[in-house]
Amino acid sequence: MDSIQDKLSKDEALLAKFEEKVQAGESVEPRDWMPEAYRKHLVRQMSQHAHSEVIGMQPEGNWVTRAPSLRAKQILLAKIQDEGGHGLYLYSAAETLGISRKEMIEQLHTGKAKYSNIFNYPSLTWADIGAIGWLVDGAAIVNQVSLQRTSYAPYSRAMVRICKEESFHQRQGYEIMAQMMKGTAEQREMAQDAMNRWWWPSLMMFGPHDTDSPHSADAFRWKIKRHTNDELRQKFIDKTVQQAEVIGLTVPDPDLKWNEQKGCYDYGEINWDEFNRVIRGDGPCNKQRLEHHIRVHTEGAWVREAAEAYKNKNEQQSINLN
Amino acid sequence: MTKQEALFKYTLRLGDNALILSQRLSEWCSNAPFIEEDLALTNFALDMIGRSQALLKYAGELEGLNRTEDMLAYRRSERQYYNNLLVEQPNGDFAVTMVRQLFISVFEKYYYTEMQKSSDEMLAAIAAKTLKEVKYHLAHAEDWVIRLGDGTGESHYRTQKAIDDLWMFSGELFEMDEVDSKLIAEGIAIDLDKIRPLWKAYIANVFNNGALQIPQDGYMQTGSRQGIHTEYLGHLLSEMQYLQRAYPDAQW
Amino acid sequence: MSTDTQLDSWEVFMQARTGANFIHQGSIHASDKKMALQNARDTYSRRGEGTSIWVVPTSEIVASSPEDVDMLFDPSNDKIYRMPTFYTMPEGAKNI
Repeated sequence: MDSIQDKLSKDEALLAKFEEKVQAGESVEPRDWMPEAYRKHLVRQMSQHAHSEVIGMQPEGNWVTRAPSLRAKQILLAKIQDEGGHGLYLYSAAETLGISRKEMIEQLHTGKAKYSNIFNYPSLTWADIGAIGWLVDGAAIVNQVSLQRTSYAPYSRAMVRICKEESFHQRQGYEIMAQMMKGTAEQREMAQDAMNRWWWPSLMMFGPHDTDSPHSADAFRWKIKRHTNDELRQKFIDKTVQQAEVIGLTVPDPDLKWNEQKGCYDYGEINWDEFNRVIRGDGPCNKQRLEHHIRVHTEGAWVREAAEAYKNKNEQQSINLN
Repeated sequence: MTKQEALFKYTLRLGDNALILSQRLSEWCSNAPFIEEDLALTNFALDMIGRSQALLKYAGELEGLNRTEDMLAYRRSERQYYNNLLVEQPNGDFAVTMVRQLFISVFEKYYYTEMQKSSDEMLAAIAAKTLKEVKYHLAHAEDWVIRLGDGTGESHYRTQKAIDDLWMFSGELFEMDEVDSKLIAEGIAIDLDKIRPLWKAYIANVFNNGALQIPQDGYMQTGSRQGIHTEYLGHLLSEMQYLQRAYPDAQW
Repeated sequence: MSTDTQLDSWEVFMQARTGANFIHQGSIHASDKKMALQNARDTYSRRGEGTSIWVVPTSEIVASSPEDVDMLFDPSNDKIYRMPTFYTMPEGAKNI
């Protein structure tokens, strides 16, 4: 029998081998040995990512029945449906780590698992649907493109698929904004107002500055994360400012200016007090979003129970079906 | 009434059914019992929006007043809609929505199968595309009604109640007026009397598989052929039409 | 006691076009076979990606263990005589 000492040195050897493999750029499959901290980090990150897709359906769903044209409704519905699908890809990938969807949903409901803070802001006007698609999805894509090469293979595979499908999402939002900026004075005002409200929360989506990022070290060593928060945020700002200018929107940041020397934009300080406050639960929609999810889950219980009951009664029959 | 006017009204009815049902189905977005089902319900809504676009566009052309599909969808008032009362009924719980889907999908399966042979080429072409979608909608609704009917005591109770509540709107699906008779004579429209027994037999079989009872034929509420609806339609429209009505000069 | 679950997990394989291999896509949840097929279609073929779908209960998948990788796969690595390049063909022979 292994002594504790033997077990420890065995684990150390496995860890060394694991790190060597990840350093060499090889990916990790579900049945491969992995350190517990790696698994935990992934479960946390992937379930948060999945929950974000699902909770993110709410602010957009808020406008589905009020979309101003058949085309607009169709595109918006298709986009929200994709988000549900992406939530599923991610739940499915996270389940390979030995956590069930049921547990992930329980953790969401108890507050143990988080979702992206951005969805704690309200979608107040139709222009918000434009701003969400353009800015929020735009920010998400920058992050997700980077995650396509993450070390955990099921996560990476899900991200590749998600990035491919999301390519139209940002265009959907930008098109709405562009159309409104070409429109009436009221429409332009609505679009700029949405820009003003969504710009800063979108920048917060990349998380704290690198100097204040709590989970980063392990995530980089294990190649879960491949670019820093600030790198990704900068990338987003640099590509988005030009898009805003083209359609005549003003970025609500007086400190924003092109830095010739660095070849990128300098931008003003993000309100981290607001960021931390909303994360702690005191945002405009935290309560509403979670209560919505819990209500739908609870109201759907009898349907899932019925499906289970039917299966149990008819198991034999359904086997004979083929 | 000219043939053209009759065909306009007839196409508008079909378009309105797809439009109003798509609106109801899209209300399920982020509200389904589990995510896979959210995706499924959204698919049905998307199919219905696509169908309403094709039909309302065609209706606008037939009318000849330069009304686009969006103008027809968003700028008419309550009494100018001709969808069946059944499709405007609130979603209720999942059983109500599934029973409503079943009633409509069975009807549409037979209806659009016949419509493929219509002498109106546009309606025949729309029918061919629609039928593929309808078959999937039907399989989904039928499976669920059976699961719920033969599931738990609670699901059985809810499903039977949904059937009993919605039954009074099922008769209207088969109602015909002079629009129908004129177009049936032209080989364009479908004789709904022929579909009624097929519909009932199909429904009875599904109910039988789901341990559910088919209600006695009692009072049947109608009115949509004259644009007379239930109170629910006005609320649905005020929500759907909000932006088009509040900003009449805006393009979106 | 609540019997509520998130239903069973199924693995989804899809064929992109007739004649192609079935490729693993991910998983979905469903309580029975018919629902599994429908949910797989709605989840993994929203853009007409498939012509055919297989669904298999996740619990029925038998997977090899990473610890057995040497035993399972190394022995066939050196059977180079299974490769066409192993053989010397006479100069000038065609279509072989």
